[in-house]
Amino acid sequence: MRSRRGLSHHHVGSLHAPDAEMALRNARDVFTRRMEGASLWVVPSAAITASSPEERDPFFAPAADKAYRHPTFYDVPAEVTNL
Amino acid sequence: MSSPTTASAPAPPEDGDLAALARQFEGTIAADERVEPRDWMPDAYRKTLVRQIAQHAHSEIIGMQPEANWITRAPSLRRKAILMAKVQDEAGHGLYLYGAAETLGVDRSELLDLLHSGRQRYSSIFNYPTLTFADVGAIGWLVDGAAITNQIPLTRCSYGPYARAMIRICKEETFHTRQGFELLHTLSHGSQEQHAMAQDAVDRWWWPSIMMFGPPDAESSHSQQSMAWRIKRHSNDELRQRFIDICVPQAAVLGLSLPDPELRWNPDRGHYDHGAIDWEEFQRVLRGDGPCNRQRLAHRVAAHEEGRWVREAATAYARKHAGRRSEADGLSGVRSEAGDGGPAGAAL
Repeated sequence: MRSRRGLSHHHVGSLHAPDAEMALRNARDVFTRRMEGASLWVVPSAAITASSPEERDPFFAPAADKAYRHPTFYDVPAEVTNL
Repeated sequence: MSSPTTASAPAPPEDGDLAALARQFEGTIAADERVEPRDWMPDAYRKTLVRQIAQHAHSEIIGMQPEANWITRAPSLRRKAILMAKVQDEAGHGLYLYGAAETLGVDRSELLDLLHSGRQRYSSIFNYPTLTFADVGAIGWLVDGAAITNQIPLTRCSYGPYARAMIRICKEETFHTRQGFELLHTLSHGSQEQHAMAQDAVDRWWWPSIMMFGPPDAESSHSQQSMAWRIKRHSNDELRQRFIDICVPQAAVLGLSLPDPELRWNPDRGHYDHGAIDWEEFQRVLRGDGPCNRQRLAHRVAAHEEGRWVREAATAYARKHAGRRSEADGLSGVRSEAGDGGPAGAAL
């Protein structure tokens, strides 16, 4: 659900429905009772591919030792602005 | 039934791997982090969570009954709209919790079977009758109030989907307590008859509400393991005391008394002392011998049976619709997801 224009969609929950149209309607009924959303997406859970928790370390490890991808890695003279 | 998330289940772990996985699980708990659906977890952890979350979900659905009883006889349009919204919220809470339980590899149809056959329970508070409209106020103030006191610590329980469902539920539950308090306040400051009706409702709902927290921990068998796994964060007695301390000053503002002559501030303890709880009654109601046990379950089973045609019609319609759509797209060889009547929806 996207709560306002300009924001991205975030996950709010799951539900059962016989098809996508009813899923959308059910999602409206369950998750937007207090004006929480401007836009709803529904996706069948079978369509989601998830990273595996067992592979967590090997899967995400390549990023762990690449500190040079962060701005804070670089020393810049103090008087420099807008950098 | 297969778990709602995708990808095939991982192969069963070897003994050496098992030790490593168990250590990882213990580490997550010790660091006060969340266990998520596809993490490895001890079988007993999974089982106890399925039971607890399912019974919580059942409680929400059964809990709709005592209050729905008064929708057609609410004294004003405002009260009727409020009561309908509250009862609808409870249905939604049940849905969030069935969804959370399903992340542990069960299907809600299994859980409903267990409820309908009496093998899983629901909170015994809902086995009491609602005798007057003031009961709606007493339930909102006391029963939802006790539920919130119990549920706030659960927002930090170790199992992610359950904790997140609790956050959402707690937000919505606050409207429930406030409308109840407001209702009692209005009655209590109204006519003599209205005041008496409010007092009578509180007199009947007070003790059952404080019993909602369960027996003293010494007598509660599951407590210790639940605490070790950080599912349960506080003892039953601690939460009960917290609730009583909150209610006493609120009762004073309501202008209503609480039916416990031994309720008294204890400056040494910094808490209210209270009278002895009749645990015999609690056990009786839990065993099935309360005023409304049979009625509550029968009503639930009837609703499920009588609603079958709606579920079947929706599935048949979806199937027919999908068939027409794929023909129109010229994709008659491809079956759509909707065709098998299975769940469609974002995974938790």
